[in-house]
Amino acid sequence: MNRIAIRNGHVVDPSSRVDGVRDLFIASGRIVAVGEAPDGFTPEIEIEAAGRMVCPGLVDLSARLREPGHEQKATIASETRAAVSGGVTTVCCPPDTSPVIDTPAVAELVRHRAKQSGRAWVLTLGALTQGLEGEQLAEMAALKAEGCVGVSNAGRPIRNSEVLRRALEYAATYGLTVYLQTRDPWLGQSGFMHEGSVSTRLGLPGIPETSETVELARCLLLIEQTGVRAHFCRLSTARSVEMVADARARGLRVTADVADHQLHLTEMDVAGFDPMFHVIPPLRTLRDRDALRAGVAEGVITAICSDHQPHEPEAKLAPFNGTLPGISALETLLPLTLRLVDEGAFDLNTALARVTRGPAEILGIETGTLTPGTRADLCVIDSGHAWRLDPGALLSHGRNTPFRGWEFRGRVTHTLVQGRLVYELR
Amino acid sequence: MNFPGNWNTMQLDAQGRLRHFLTVEGLPRRILTDILDTADSFVVVGEQPVKKVPLLRGKTIVNLFFETSTRTRTTFELAAKRLSADVLNINVSTSATAKGESLLDTQKNLEAMHTDMFVVRHQHSGASHFMAQHAAPHVSIVNAGDGQHAHPTQAMLDMLTIRRHKGAFDSLCVAIVGDILHSRVARSQIHALNTLGAGEVRVIAPRTLLPVDIESLGTRVFTSLGQGLAGADVVIMLRLQKERMQSALLPSEHEYFQRYGLTEEKLALARPDALVMHPGPINRGVEIASSVADGPQSVILRQVSYGIAVRMAVMSMAMGRSPGARETAAKEPE
Repeated sequence: MNRIAIRNGHVVDPSSRVDGVRDLFIASGRIVAVGEAPDGFTPEIEIEAAGRMVCPGLVDLSARLREPGHEQKATIASETRAAVSGGVTTVCCPPDTSPVIDTPAVAELVRHRAKQSGRAWVLTLGALTQGLEGEQLAEMAALKAEGCVGVSNAGRPIRNSEVLRRALEYAATYGLTVYLQTRDPWLGQSGFMHEGSVSTRLGLPGIPETSETVELARCLLLIEQTGVRAHFCRLSTARSVEMVADARARGLRVTADVADHQLHLTEMDVAGFDPMFHVIPPLRTLRDRDALRAGVAEGVITAICSDHQPHEPEAKLAPFNGTLPGISALETLLPLTLRLVDEGAFDLNTALARVTRGPAEILGIETGTLTPGTRADLCVIDSGHAWRLDPGALLSHGRNTPFRGWEFRGRVTHTLVQGRLVYELR
Repeated sequence: MNFPGNWNTMQLDAQGRLRHFLTVEGLPRRILTDILDTADSFVVVGEQPVKKVPLLRGKTIVNLFFETSTRTRTTFELAAKRLSADVLNINVSTSATAKGESLLDTQKNLEAMHTDMFVVRHQHSGASHFMAQHAAPHVSIVNAGDGQHAHPTQAMLDMLTIRRHKGAFDSLCVAIVGDILHSRVARSQIHALNTLGAGEVRVIAPRTLLPVDIESLGTRVFTSLGQGLAGADVVIMLRLQKERMQSALLPSEHEYFQRYGLTEEKLALARPDALVMHPGPINRGVEIASSVADGPQSVILRQVSYGIAVRMAVMSMAMGRSPGARETAAKEPE
């Protein structure tokens, strides 16, 4: 197997508290040393990383790869290629494919396709209920046996509280983490953007803050009752951050993530009716955005994800409420996260922790670190490289991004997955 | 980046003249006054035995309606015909869009037929902005109502009605009553009244029919009809749709009429010379009593007549053919 040396890079690994210029050595797909080469190590490949940053490969808690079922939008092959070009070495797919990942066969299909064509690690969440319909439990034990790392209803409502309670209990039986994106089945269901002064002005039906927090409250109480390990996906409001912080302080086993666009954009960005800003949960107020940033800084939110949702062009070529929500975001996860460091929201180590070890811990996987002995999933970043985002240059099949023309600093030059060079910037 | 207020880069041309008419919000007072002045001159045309002027001869105007409408569509049609334009009426329930064609494809196909203007009504807020963004360089878009966002020609015909009956705006107190939440008319009226310098704009409704933070558009909020009407010079009633009862916004038509219906007794709380207006179609006995709708203070039918003049003004200005538009633009460059 390949022996690789990455020379003179600025190694930044929040989990092993390394932050300095070091050599890094890889053999048989694993990191064997950081600093001094092991005795007798003779590299077959050397990567010169002077002036560059070497950090763990990014772990993305939510990326729709659109396969199976929506191949007109994207495929596992196209999106994993996009992922590694952005330094993302592990992606986790929600179960709302078509068919839904509610049987081992579909989970197996995704795993097979990922192995065949994928460059990055592709993990799956199994369905919490059959067909995500919120009525009958999915075969969670079988899904776990097939490799699903958790279960989720992918933001679809479970109206019946008894069903939700039993689903949480059943998941707890098998030690499965439940991923919950909370949205009340009624409040703001016909809405398209945050309910506030901008929705009033635009005449777009609103989604109130309580759409998220009312359901969050119900889930928290049932999590407390059942003792299940739960993760809250895509927090969008200041109040949600407070509620999760309180629950953690009381000892509940809950974690939370935020989509990177929520840390940059607000309801004001919707004011031009541009469908690229149509996302669920919606972009909220500046106060919410700042509270989410603080939640990330303080560790209430331990993961930033891309919430990648690639679309074909037609899906966004209509008036705002005739369009599908979502952003093609895999390739902006790292640049948007680094930009938060430049903007002073938090330091580099915090930023990287939230896209590496933070999400890996939530998923319960060994990656997201450069600790010797672990799998060599990592990337090299030219942090001085300034560039401007051109949607046409994205590798994802989805070019739906609101960040057209944004200037970023930092670009991935090499990505390694299990010690294999899967991407190199040419 | 997009932000409120920059729509004028879309609505006005490089010389600051009207190119599309999408929303009243953010338009300078000069443009609104131009529309009213031009409309005044067209009111006369409608009263002559020969009701036509040749301003838009040879132009083709498409009335593209994705929602049913009688009054708005017919007054746009009459306005176009009185300007000597050719008019194409497209009702979407019988057209290709009902078969799944996208709005953009419909627009591009109609543009390929060398049409010059689209008058569009659509159920989605922002639909006319979308069309303006994708319009060919010679094509103008006029918004005839988009979702709950804007209905700018309705607001301007209301302004014309007020100005012709009351003169100046600055001392006026205008009360808008009813379903503000779902009303594109109310939103456009609020912007128009504030831009034209109305003394006070009030909205009156139960809290379920008030959008959040409606104060931020420049209104004073009342939940009591009696208190809100006190001292009003103009009372604008909004139509209440029956669906509102199903969606838990109101208990019943009966209770609504008891609390917010405009009766002679309630109207007596406003100024004695207060105007009563309604964009129509009216629901007698739901938001307004027949005796008030047909009473001496009602100008509801005048609004309809003025609607033609305002639409003639907007169409001719957007096509650069208004009798006075060029001179005005030259006089007050901005």
